[in-house]
Amino acid sequence: MTRLNSPLSKIEGLGSSKSGTHHFWHQRMTAVALIPLSIWFAASALAYVGADQGAVAAYFAEPINAVPMFLFIVASTYHMSLGLQVIIEDYIHNEGQKIALLLLNRFAAWAIGSASAFALIRMALHP
Amino acid sequence: MADAPNSPGPSGRPLGRPLSPHLQIYRWPITMAASITHRATGVALAGGTLFLSWWLMAAASGPDAYAVFAAAAAHPLGQFVLFGFLWSICFHLLNGIRHLAWDVGYGFKVPTAKMTAALVYAGSLILAGGAFVIGLMVRGGLGT
Repeated sequence: MTRLNSPLSKIEGLGSSKSGTHHFWHQRMTAVALIPLSIWFAASALAYVGADQGAVAAYFAEPINAVPMFLFIVASTYHMSLGLQVIIEDYIHNEGQKIALLLLNRFAAWAIGSASAFALIRMALHP
Repeated sequence: MADAPNSPGPSGRPLGRPLSPHLQIYRWPITMAASITHRATGVALAGGTLFLSWWLMAAASGPDAYAVFAAAAAHPLGQFVLFGFLWSICFHLLNGIRHLAWDVGYGFKVPTAKMTAALVYAGSLILAGGAFVIGLMVRGGLGT
């Protein structure tokens, strides 16, 4: 994967900024991925949120739907954690509270993403 | 104690220090409103992932669990949440494309930025409103 850090920043650590372009770049990569994925998701949700349980499970049992849904879950929960991290860093100035919220942010993203992915995989493998 | 900006000075008269203007002072140019709305819809979408997770877990669990979700989604409050989720996706997507254009150097002129901000508001309302109206006509609601 392309990293925009200079070799010098890799060996020296990143100084007072604490990070380089990694956050910016990952936010943009996930943003670009989410353009088609979120359009697909919105269309799927509009079509299937009101359907009965069997129809929803059958929809996500199809690989052609399960794979984009999996990608949408991964890209959106990662993009979410990057965005919420910036908001926490902008508004929370107490160091202890900030660290606690940054941890909570990442844990919540992993929890929500894992729960969604597990449910999806269950439907995909046990139609 | 930090002095309040207009607290009396040693002479008893207010110091009359200039106040730093903040949100309630500025006019709200549409570009600023769009920036704030982008962040707000981002937070709303973070809440929306809980709804998404619930939907998928209910569908994976079976008809009984799904009936609970479906009843919540069909409730007027659920419909309001679904519409908010849908509009937030539309706004954040369209304004996100605007941000990506800025990232590669396009659209920075003030009249252009104002126009694209207006387009994002109009486009997101048309897309989300249109989908909602179609949902109402076809099924009597989003996800009912």
